[in-house]
Amino acid sequence: MFYIAAAIAVSSSILAVTRKNASHALLYLVLTLLALATIFFLLGAPFAAALEIVIYAGAIVVLFLFVVMMLNLGRASVARESQWLRPGMWVLPAIMSGVLFGVFGLSFLGTENAAQIEGVMVPPKQVGESLFTTYLLGVELAGVLLLGALVGAYHLGRRYLDERREE
Amino acid sequence: MDAVLNIPLEHVLFLSIILFLIGAFGILIRRNVIFVLLSLEIMMNAAALAFIAAGARWGEPDGQVMFMFILALAAAEVAVGLGLVVQLSRRFQTLDIDRAEELNG
Repeated sequence: MFYIAAAIAVSSSILAVTRKNASHALLYLVLTLLALATIFFLLGAPFAAALEIVIYAGAIVVLFLFVVMMLNLGRASVARESQWLRPGMWVLPAIMSGVLFGVFGLSFLGTENAAQIEGVMVPPKQVGESLFTTYLLGVELAGVLLLGALVGAYHLGRRYLDERREE
Repeated sequence: MDAVLNIPLEHVLFLSIILFLIGAFGILIRRNVIFVLLSLEIMMNAAALAFIAAGARWGEPDGQVMFMFILALAAAEVAVGLGLVVQLSRRFQTLDIDRAEELNG
């Protein structure tokens, strides 16, 4: 089960990164996120799996889709993408990623006795207790970060609207 | 829930590394801003997977707590990033990230 979900996650994320049409890529991203949510569930984190679906696949991808539709990317943008994505550009990043993967892989070679994950569920109640006692400062910082993002996004969007009104 | 599966921790970490490298590869090869943000999402998910795996290995809730922080970070990053995308396409009539190298308002 885990390996099936892992294969789906890897292949659909490769497809998402290399598509030319933005909305197709976003659909592959949704597939990746759903596969990752399955993996989270298998690892005994059902609350994280639900959050992954609700917030990532539900909110963040929809935000992407809104922007893609707002910019009205049509067939011309697909043609431009294929112009930008020349085969020669793939070689060096592929080599660099391969070397990095080799380095990571070598660092795992020494660990012989594999630590097993048994998939024991960590209940959401325990997560909540830890979140609001040990990590209370982190929660407040996340709130400040979200407020900053809200103000920033509003500022960027409002300037766009004002300029449009003047035209 | 019973302990139904036995996955070595290394395999989950390997999956996380592969996803992270796919995201990094995507950032390197794409020039369209939307795809760069999409690759960033894949990289953040890979990091979140590593946290969840480590939390599951020791049966502690800390991994899921860190996952929630990553989620909040990703939401904030996407909101501001897509605002910038809209501004970029408004000013330069393109999504080419190399056009935005001058940074003057």
